[in-house]
Amino acid sequence: MAGSGRAHLRPADEVMLQVSDLVVEFPVGKGRTVKAVSGISFDVAKGETLGLVGESGCGKSTTGKAILQLPVPTGGSVVLEGDDLVTLGSKTMRTRRTRLQMIFQDPISSLNPRRMIGEIVAEPLNVWGPKDKDEQWNIVARILDQVGIDPGPARYKRPHEFSGGQCQRISIARALVTGPELIICDEPVSALDVSIQAQILNLLEDLKAEYGLTLVFIAHDLAVVKNISDRVAVMYLGKMCEISEADELYATPAHPYTELLLGSCPVPDPTIDVSSTRVIEGELPSPISPPSGCRFRTRCPFATEICVAEEPMMRRVGVDHFVACHHPLIEPWPDGAVAEAAVRIAPTPDTDAPIV
Amino acid sequence: MDNEIRVGRAPARHVDDGQSLLVVDDLKTHFEVAAGSVRAVDGVSFSLARGRTLGVVGESGSGKTVLSRSIMGLNTTSNATTTGSVRYAGDEMIGKSSKQKKALWGTEMAMVFQDPMTSLNPVVTIGRQLTEHVRYHLDMGRKEANEVAIALLKSVNIPEAENRLGNYPHQMSGGMRQRVCIAIALACGPRMLFADEPTTALDVTVQHQILNLLAEQQRDRAMAMILVTHDLGVVAGRTDEIMVMYAGRVVEKAPTVDLFAHLRHPYTQGLLWSIPKITEAKHTRLIAIPGRPPNLIDPPPGCKFSPRCAYAQDLCRTEEPVLRSIESPDHTFACHFPVGTPEGEAAFAANVESEHPPAMAAIGKLRATEEVVGA
Repeated sequence: MAGSGRAHLRPADEVMLQVSDLVVEFPVGKGRTVKAVSGISFDVAKGETLGLVGESGCGKSTTGKAILQLPVPTGGSVVLEGDDLVTLGSKTMRTRRTRLQMIFQDPISSLNPRRMIGEIVAEPLNVWGPKDKDEQWNIVARILDQVGIDPGPARYKRPHEFSGGQCQRISIARALVTGPELIICDEPVSALDVSIQAQILNLLEDLKAEYGLTLVFIAHDLAVVKNISDRVAVMYLGKMCEISEADELYATPAHPYTELLLGSCPVPDPTIDVSSTRVIEGELPSPISPPSGCRFRTRCPFATEICVAEEPMMRRVGVDHFVACHHPLIEPWPDGAVAEAAVRIAPTPDTDAPIV
Repeated sequence: MDNEIRVGRAPARHVDDGQSLLVVDDLKTHFEVAAGSVRAVDGVSFSLARGRTLGVVGESGSGKTVLSRSIMGLNTTSNATTTGSVRYAGDEMIGKSSKQKKALWGTEMAMVFQDPMTSLNPVVTIGRQLTEHVRYHLDMGRKEANEVAIALLKSVNIPEAENRLGNYPHQMSGGMRQRVCIAIALACGPRMLFADEPTTALDVTVQHQILNLLAEQQRDRAMAMILVTHDLGVVAGRTDEIMVMYAGRVVEKAPTVDLFAHLRHPYTQGLLWSIPKITEAKHTRLIAIPGRPPNLIDPPPGCKFSPRCAYAQDLCRTEEPVLRSIESPDHTFACHFPVGTPEGEAAFAANVESEHPPAMAAIGKLRATEEVVGA
């Protein structure tokens, strides 16, 4: 996209989480703001995993945190099962937090080094669970066992006594202990070795099936995202480029940025000539003064005048495949433009338009 | 198996035939700590010719970083002991004084480190960090050195190089900083470049740019390069040879194409299987290596990979395999039951039969919660 639009949203009663026109800006002095996220919309159905990919600085982590209201977004809405979290008071929001949890990137620094594992995992229960220590430990031990940590020996150990992969398992246990419905995973495997990464990805898949979790999985590694996601959304500089069912996105990318990202992925096959693949040249523009029109146009091989003047809107290119680009690699559906216009006037049931 | 090359306990003598720029023979680096001796690098031998690229692959803790630091002589802590032989252009590196080593660092061998955020000095300008090298080694004046610095920044594709010399590291992105680190490493025209996980801290797009840049610079300057990484995907198209390390030892070494086509060591297979592949359908179950690398103070007896290995038999738990080859003498591996051989297949089948956990993991029948077994 680097464009906007909500043509890709599904009816509100079919989804668990609906984020629309989310804006997050940070003031940086002298009246300037970092436009970290500029009007993105997406939704996640119950039991689904949405992968959020993009380069560093594209706003994917900010988006994840904004869902949790950390900080409260500058604009837009985050609707979780009918409640708009943005407008909820801090007291009501607190009660909702048990349903939303987060797993962070660096497993070692996200655990308090001075506390014991038993305490770390039980901490959320001090706020929302049983206050009785034995009762708490029963829950903690069961969850630790489920993530593959032997609860007995781990209880009185501290994070430095565990490896990175084990610390990530403990972080996952801490996120699960309140029985959440939605977990935001912010690059949970990018600090880990490939062998441990595979263990954690398998674990997340198993836990998702067991607890019926809904995941938002943020990562910059496209292969990892494809492995775990049902749908994938590609972000660039605070905007949404493309959102699609995972297999389709990788087989037939519609946005030039997605295609270039796919080309950058290392493939463990020496017969592929890596020097012949196209690379994205240049650097991400500053989010303080992003390019006009399509934000990707400064690095896009297909950019023309319309990309400078006009921001592309989300258009349908497949059954569950939408792209925000003036020159998509797949021909948009002819009714795409019509549907887009219909969204702005009145939502009709057959356009996947949001009912907000 | 009569052309068996023994390197493990009885190292082969790697003779300097004049072609090899670097000859490493039975290199050992041990660190003395309160709990005992950490055998981080435990008898590694290889040689590298001019202009060639060697990929060193393994998990965290396999000794790959310590290996490259030992070759350069950067392990200077008082508890580290390095033994064996490292001959660089016929010259023995082990035992050189720090003054002698200083003359080689930068001019003959240089290193690009993993984290571009911390390997640059945050309070010194990029220009000064770039020119420090050239002014020290090549005895250049400030003006001349600045010109060299600008040329270097241009060669690593940094736009507006002239305006960048006064910048501090925090004013640049991670990819830019890694380019600066590469420019610093290349400043005095080394013949040997060590790249220690140069892209692990970077995005896929930037990773691709940096790896292309390294390959291009290596070709232009005819440097030998050692590319250290944990990702077989990174080294696949970019190296001539790959050396897989586990617990401080080489477990498999082969020309890149040969390694991927006929891998022999179960650990190499495990590393390759655990990579999520972009060509596979979503939710494809990954085949993870269960457990984690062994404690290097008190490693398991026999083959150090045996507790996590899908092929392990009783022999593996008692007797450590030595490096050997079966078809091509260039392709060596240390395994009693290599992948793709009748004995390997039989061992695997027997382990599946007896529901040995790593074998169950390999056929996708181990739950993720059980993957921390062993080790």
